[in-house]
Amino acid sequence: MSLLRIENLTHHFGGLRAVKDYNLVLEPGQIRGLIGPNGAGKTTVFNLITGVYRPTEGRILFEGRDITGMRPHRIAALGISRTFQNMQLWRHMTVLEHVKVAQYSQITYGLVGAFFGTARRRWEEAEIERKAYSLLEMVGVARWADQVVTNLPYGVQRRVEMARALATEPKVLLLDEPTAGMNPEELKEMIDIIRQVHDRLGMSIFLIEHRMRVVMELCEVVQTLNFGEVIAEGTPDEVRADPAVIEAYLGREVEVVA
Amino acid sequence: MAENQAQRLLAGLRSALAEVPLLGWLLGMVAAVIVEYLVGAPLARALGLGRVPLLFGVDLLFKSPLLVPSALAYMVLVYALPVGSVALVTRPLANRAAEKLMVLSPVVSVVVHVAVFYVGLHSWALLNDYRVLVVKLTLLAVMLTLSLNLVNGYMGEFSCSHPGFMALGAYTSSVLTVVAFVGSERFGPPLLPSALGPFLFPLALIAGGLVASLGALTVAIPSFRTRGDYLAIISLAFMLVVKSLIENLEVVGGARGFMGQPDWAGLTTVFVWAVACVAMINSFVRSTMGKALNAVRDGEGAAEAMTVDTRRTKMVTFLFAAFWAGVAGGLYAHVMRYVNPGGFGLQKLAELLAMVYLGGLNSVVGSAAGGVGFMLFSEALRPLEIYKWIIIPVLLILVMIFRPTGLIAFREFDMVSLVRPKGAPTRRRGVPHVAAQD
Ligand SMILES: Nc1ncnc2c1ncn2[C@@H]1O[C@H](COP(=O)(O)OP(=O)(O)O)[C@@H](O)[C@H]1O
Ligand SMILES: [Mg+2]
Repeated sequence: MSLLRIENLTHHFGGLRAVKDYNLVLEPGQIRGLIGPNGAGKTTVFNLITGVYRPTEGRILFEGRDITGMRPHRIAALGISRTFQNMQLWRHMTVLEHVKVAQYSQITYGLVGAFFGTARRRWEEAEIERKAYSLLEMVGVARWADQVVTNLPYGVQRRVEMARALATEPKVLLLDEPTAGMNPEELKEMIDIIRQVHDRLGMSIFLIEHRMRVVMELCEVVQTLNFGEVIAEGTPDEVRADPAVIEAYLGREVEVVA
Repeated sequence: MAENQAQRLLAGLRSALAEVPLLGWLLGMVAAVIVEYLVGAPLARALGLGRVPLLFGVDLLFKSPLLVPSALAYMVLVYALPVGSVALVTRPLANRAAEKLMVLSPVVSVVVHVAVFYVGLHSWALLNDYRVLVVKLTLLAVMLTLSLNLVNGYMGEFSCSHPGFMALGAYTSSVLTVVAFVGSERFGPPLLPSALGPFLFPLALIAGGLVASLGALTVAIPSFRTRGDYLAIISLAFMLVVKSLIENLEVVGGARGFMGQPDWAGLTTVFVWAVACVAMINSFVRSTMGKALNAVRDGEGAAEAMTVDTRRTKMVTFLFAAFWAGVAGGLYAHVMRYVNPGGFGLQKLAELLAMVYLGGLNSVVGSAAGGVGFMLFSEALRPLEIYKWIIIPVLLILVMIFRPTGLIAFREFDMVSLVRPKGAPTRRRGVPHVAAQD
């Protein structure tokens, strides 16, 4: 059984058809890519998977279970986590708090623990903190743990967001342009982090990318989206050579082909 | 040379003061109260004040400004000097005691500290009825400010219904205590022996809190079902509806108000409830569940994507805040022993918002400071009467411009690290030094 399966997904924003007849099969442990020009509907696919929008048509199965129309926090708790194209960090919160709050669904001490500070809460909070630090160390930002995120360099913020996404204990990790706006050095570090996270935690990763280099290095299979439709699917080499893909990108996103 | 020496002396004093544990300051406070009992009245007469300044002299600020220097002198002689010198002198003793308590159990230590503080506060207030009343109202103000801060600060919504929740709590608990223990022409003889009253009073207050929560539910369901900023409008409407409902409810006196509440809200009772409120809310906002409030405020979409049940978080918090507003309302009714719907209107709302936004958003410490500061300030402004309501909004606008999150924003406290002994580590053998969490 595949981990994540999407069947004939279509989504309209009013009159605009952002996604049309989209299909996906994601196997456990796989790293997949989703590329396509700006406005192709890539982020919308992520928003549909994570329950931000309810699809006009089609269904989404996670571990064989239909999650179409489920509320986002429940989908996340089942094991689908994500990062955002524009990060969406919580601006008044510290790095550590980000990674703690993302463990929300794993809290069992309940309101009694929250209001009265029971022994169970103390124990659980210690565990949450320990796990938060180990994730922060994994992505290399532990020394900023007590800083408010707003003041941190861009590359660090990206990694904090990655640690936050990991804290929900995902089986599928959706990364929306994880290297957007990074210089070549930061880019290389981010690729290393993604690979390391995948090796250590072994979840499936589905990533949206703009730069072919990242896709080439990380992905086994790549889909290309254009005007909401998949126009090519295959290994990065196959996709890159596909005339339809070149056509779609022609004159717009030179870097993708480069 | 002399300058150098003065500097050295000052530095020495500062480092000595840094070694004073909280217990030392509390002992100083108790000492100052004793000094006031012994020499307060004659000293005040000698300084030309006539009588002991009741609220640190703030009440004189606009009433008789010429007396302010004398009041300041009184403050220094009766409060600052005794507090400072006793804190300094008892420093080794206080540190040893704090250490013993901590080894015994952090909980015991916290309880002892709160008790010593209460002894100081109570004896200070007992000198005068006006002080007792102001202390009670200030404690209630802190409860109200903190609970409103949960919604407007921690959760980043804008709720206007707090006076309505207060009113629900006030009337519910008043009706319960009057019907059960006092009786009236309207309600007939009391149902229960009045000896039981003080024991069942907490239940009446809790019932008031629960009714306020129930009222909050009617605001929360339409407001939080969808994303968007409906809360401000709906909660404002709620507050006005509650007020006019009570005005038209003849059975509780309508616009004339409701009186005859038994005299059970003594200083001790109010203090215990205020401590419970602050402790519970502080505990909540420091937990990861409580931090989810901030995530909802700073980015609801991201919070949901990170497994936070945002709707539940908002509901629970709103009802919890309403509960404490209801309890505070119930206490208020029994402190004043009279309530009328006019007291739960826009002016009350403005006061509460001022306390929250002046004190500091997202802050337990700020809420306490806002409640206390605002009460002192409004007592100082009392002689100005209606002008008070020009000065306070202007002040609020200034704070919004120059310090939009308020004076002490983003600050909770860790009681256990507050009551730790202080000073050189060698003197604290047996107590592992753990840095404060916040
Ligand atoms: N919430 C929305 N409401 C209306 N239109 C939207 C919304 N989100 C995205 N769109 C539109 O859908 C199309 C696909 O957008 P998106 O998925 O963000 O593209 P990509 O991530 O591939 O750049 C664009 O034309 C965009 O303007
Ligand atoms: Mg996008």
